[in-house]
Amino acid sequence: MKQFGSFIKKEFLHIFRDIRTMMMLLAMPVIQLIIFGFAIRTEITNTPFAVFDESKSTSSRLITERMNGSRYFDLKENLNSFVKIEEYFRKGKIKLALVIPQNFSDDLYRTGTGNLQLLADASDPNEASTITSYAQQILMQHQQSLMKTNKIPYVIRTEIKMLYNPQLQSAYNFVPGIMGLILMLICAMVTSISIVREKEQGTMEILLVSPVKPVFIVLSKAVPYLLIAFLDVILILLISNNILHVPIAGNIFLILFLSTLFILSALSLGMLISSVTKTQQAAMMMSGAGLMLPTMLLSGLIFPVENMPILLQIISNLIPAKWFIIAIKDVMIKGLEFTAIWRELSILLGMTVFLLTVSIKQFKNRL
Amino acid sequence: MAMSDFNLPLSGSWGVRISGISKKYGETQALSNISFHVNKGELFGLIGPDGAGKTTLFRILTTLLLADKGIASVNGLDVVKQYREIRNIAGYMPGKFSLYQDLSVQENLDFFANVFNTSIEENYDLIRDIYIQIEPFKNRKAGKLSGGMKQKLALCCALIHKPLVLFLDEPTTGVDPVSRKEFWEILKRLKQENISILVSTPYMDEATLCDRIALIQSGKILSIATPEQIIKEYPQKLFAIRTENNYHLLKQLRKDPQVNSVYIFGEYLHVTFKDDVPNIEAKEITPSVEDCFIQLME
Repeated sequence: MKQFGSFIKKEFLHIFRDIRTMMMLLAMPVIQLIIFGFAIRTEITNTPFAVFDESKSTSSRLITERMNGSRYFDLKENLNSFVKIEEYFRKGKIKLALVIPQNFSDDLYRTGTGNLQLLADASDPNEASTITSYAQQILMQHQQSLMKTNKIPYVIRTEIKMLYNPQLQSAYNFVPGIMGLILMLICAMVTSISIVREKEQGTMEILLVSPVKPVFIVLSKAVPYLLIAFLDVILILLISNNILHVPIAGNIFLILFLSTLFILSALSLGMLISSVTKTQQAAMMMSGAGLMLPTMLLSGLIFPVENMPILLQIISNLIPAKWFIIAIKDVMIKGLEFTAIWRELSILLGMTVFLLTVSIKQFKNRL
Repeated sequence: MAMSDFNLPLSGSWGVRISGISKKYGETQALSNISFHVNKGELFGLIGPDGAGKTTLFRILTTLLLADKGIASVNGLDVVKQYREIRNIAGYMPGKFSLYQDLSVQENLDFFANVFNTSIEENYDLIRDIYIQIEPFKNRKAGKLSGGMKQKLALCCALIHKPLVLFLDEPTTGVDPVSRKEFWEILKRLKQENISILVSTPYMDEATLCDRIALIQSGKILSIATPEQIIKEYPQKLFAIRTENNYHLLKQLRKDPQVNSVYIFGEYLHVTFKDDVPNIEAKEITPSVEDCFIQLME
């Protein structure tokens, strides 16, 4: 026990004395969270648009003003030909153009149907469909305001309610994702590097020629990183709750328990990597390319797993972060109980036990 | 000489027993059929150039590597079957400086003392002479020590648990001459504590400081004996010659059919002749271990 304690003390000394490790462990989670929180938003606001208004009527002016008045759009220019519109699109000055035909107002009031045209720059298809749907919503609102005055009998109104995340805040989605990513990074990458560093520096050679059981050498490496990763979880929760205003709807102890289980699975992965690599660079490559990338791409953090080809969907099941992110979303955002996430919990537990067993088996008692 | 070691029992009063050890790395034969023993309390030197297989042999004896063939024991314990016990009684100092560079002298010592379930105080008398020399720097990071100081610290760490057998892999490589001398004096004192010491070095001048030496080259033992004996067994008369232009003389002597061997040795040329050359007027000298090594290599 005394041996184990001095191993842990030594490991903390290594961490505290290396500014890069400290930054990676404590500053990076905060910085990543803040960057994702403030810089990356899926909501698109202030889209520059132009109007080609041939109608020049009261209703066409009302529509234009309504668009310009919303926070999604920003009127750039009143244009007078399609040639001009195309020119503006090409120069990238506008993302959307609203075309109001000459007889729009007459048609609208006489036949009850007015035709408008929306032109969007679809070089980024996601963006184009988002902004056209914003524009359509604004036009709908206008239509409804007309109905109130003109009384058309049959109208179906849909009321959409966004559950759990009423304002469609993207922070709700990425905080759990970032947690998964950061914990994976700290636990797997930093732990594997620190074990492999002992091999590279030759200290492992001395430690092996000592009464300490080799398994203990590796396990003692995991303890400091478990503590630091746990600290990071609390840090992330505090920042996302207080600065990004993501509510913590579920039981905090369930969240911490879930995080600890995930940390353990990532630590076992780190140990496994360290037992099959010989240099710090190789360990970094392996945990970087072999772990971080799949975690980022296949865990559902960026791309929804449901839309992936079947093969990738199957592979994504092997990624611990995927299960962690699903479960933590359920608990943190939806406020669900233990019973709702037992499946994810048991998958994570199974993965941890498997990885830990393999990495302990893999560890060599000799060089 | 080496063959007679085969018949000795593995356990017994030997610090180290090696019998027919061979090791291959891929196609390279690192060690072939090595046999020798180190007596208890003996300072045994393994002398050979880089790549001779010294480190491989150390790793086999310290239970870090498995040999392909042969058996070995440390203090009567088998290196394969009883590797756990050996790890309690062996002190090992690898060739490369292998302590924590970001920890201070004191922290390194404390850590290794704990690893071996002991404390600095417990075995202080064993390391005192060495520790006193590094104590003024006890708060300095190990990475910031000079080469000689690093080696003294590494030796301290290897001795902290009062090992019965000490393995030192090139402890003086890259160390200044004064520190090297001090280091060997420390080893002499350790010998009096009845610690068996196996030390390797590429420096031939250090060979004479050992009780017995083994000359090793390309994984093969060339000779095992006391340094004096190895020198005595030198088969020819050795002459030292010096002129203003040694290189010119070297070329001339190499052409001479009478000359057995000639090579530059410091400021002199060392020459042996095939037959006793009558009427030669040159300074006859006692061969050094290095001369013996060069002769055995051919």
